Amino acid sequence: MISVENVTKRYPAKTAVENLSFQVEKGEILGFLGPNGAGKTTTMRIVTGFMPATEGTVRVDGFDVFEQPLEARKRIGYLPENPPLYFEMTPLGYLRFAAKLKGVRGARVDEEVTRVMQKTHIEDVKDRIIAKLSKGYKQRVGLAQALLNDPPVLILDEPTIGLDPRQIHEVRELIKELAGDHTVVLSTHILPEVEQTCHRVIIIDRGKIAAVGTPESLRLQAQGAEQVFVEVEGPQPEVLIRLQSTRAVKEVRVVSSENGCSRYQIEGEARADVRRDVARAVVEGGWGLLELHATRMSLEDVFIKLITDDTTQTAPSAESE
Amino acid sequence: MRNIFTIVGRELRAYFISPIAYAVLTMFALLSGLFFVDYLGRVMQMAMLAGMQSAQFGGQAPPMDAPGTLMKAFLGTTGVVLLFMTPMLTMGLFSEEKKRGTMELLLTAPITDLQIVLGKFFAASTFMIVLLGTTWVPVSALYFYAKPASGPILVGYLGMFLYGLAIVSIGMFISSATESQIVAGIITFGVLLAMWMSGSFVQGVDNPIIKGVFDYLAVVNHLDDFVKGVLSTTNVIFYLSLTLLGLFLTYRSIDSLRWRG
Repeated sequence: MISVENVTKRYPAKTAVENLSFQVEKGEILGFLGPNGAGKTTTMRIVTGFMPATEGTVRVDGFDVFEQPLEARKRIGYLPENPPLYFEMTPLGYLRFAAKLKGVRGARVDEEVTRVMQKTHIEDVKDRIIAKLSKGYKQRVGLAQALLNDPPVLILDEPTIGLDPRQIHEVRELIKELAGDHTVVLSTHILPEVEQTCHRVIIIDRGKIAAVGTPESLRLQAQGAEQVFVEVEGPQPEVLIRLQSTRAVKEVRVVSSENGCSRYQIEGEARADVRRDVARAVVEGGWGLLELHATRMSLEDVFIKLITDDTTQTAPSAESE
Repeated sequence: MRNIFTIVGRELRAYFISPIAYAVLTMFALLSGLFFVDYLGRVMQMAMLAGMQSAQFGGQAPPMDAPGTLMKAFLGTTGVVLLFMTPMLTMGLFSEEKKRGTMELLLTAPITDLQIVLGKFFAASTFMIVLLGTTWVPVSALYFYAKPASGPILVGYLGMFLYGLAIVSIGMFISSATESQIVAGIITFGVLLAMWMSGSFVQGVDNPIIKGVFDYLAVVNHLDDFVKGVLSTTNVIFYLSLTLLGLFLTYRSIDSLRWRG
């Protein structure tokens, strides 16, 4: 649905995005993750046709956003970082204007406006002045604008910013609901958001793709090895030796120990799930297995790991990370 | 075309939601009305003086086109009042959109940049026509009490209209180059004022080319002929080319905005 090929955006002072390539399939929710200034907004602005790329091509539904901008833009609903609202208007007036701007005509204008207001739950404020609305409502009016004329592609730059937890939940549910018929690209720096809503994640750092994958695979990739935590009732030295000799176990560390019970942190080899073997080893040893669980790296850890790894690679002269 | 009307509609609504429109309308109508009354008094005084003189020396009073004289002075001054008011109409056209981030909505909508530029231009021009329309209140009084020759008045208004388009398009361009409507307003005001006085900058200069160029650029000078009821192609072309220049520069400015982000 969206294909970005070798896109570079250079400003006189800096290169915002460098040689970026990725595809987004129909019905997919793609998350854009990255620190501030990584090039998320620039990439989104290029995809929406707001600004042209210095090099490379972007196609939306087969239409080049630079060569056939109007055809491409018809298929995109865009919520910029700052919702593009006319503060002196009411949500109703604003959405009517935005609908007409997107080519909705006649009686369909009011139908569309009503539909998007229902989806984003802003009907109760439709006659208030936008300037007087809370940040959450403003954000949702902006989102409603993006949904007008039901575009197949939605580009949402930080869609849940400024919302309260309940509204964040609603918006995420709405985005999930939209997937399937719609292709959604959203950017965020809130990691749980990506884990909860996105099918696929692109981690972008200093204008380059640092990693691509499902939230799950990224976690594995960065983790390298599975970490397992066990609590065993039994003599510590023997248990330790037994655990160390278990298949695919790389390293065992004692975390704590009291009343004959010890907690161990076990690191397995890359992509190996050592839980079964560890459990069997403990049981065969005749000890009590009190607790066993895999400790997962959160996407946050992955993210930080990727970004900091990259720092050491690209800036070897830096003394510390 | 419909896209242009969509933009025009929003712009006009925005004008009338904000207090700026009412302030500009009120001040323009008030100022032009005061000038009308002032000139009316003077013309009547002149007519009375001429009548008294002829009565003193005997014979007929020299024929005098009182309504025409009044209209010439009135339209000339109204042109200057319009020059003062136009920056208020154009200063926010693009600068506010840039500041608020709504430019992003317009530039990612399935409409062309030209449609955006024309929509804004037509909206500000419509407001400018409304301003000129308010001067018909005193002018219609003139029709009520006298029989002015309509031809020169219509030519005068045509001139005012073309002149208005030109200064609106210049103001729009300046608005597209900044994010602050105050800055846009001040610069527009300065540029228009400089263009107004352009001829007097080179009063002492002997070089006929330089003098010619500056005289030509004096934006109000071209209004003189219209106000006298003389329709000359030079002046029409001057205003139209100035308008097109403003539109073109605005269009380029939007394009460069896209590249710079």
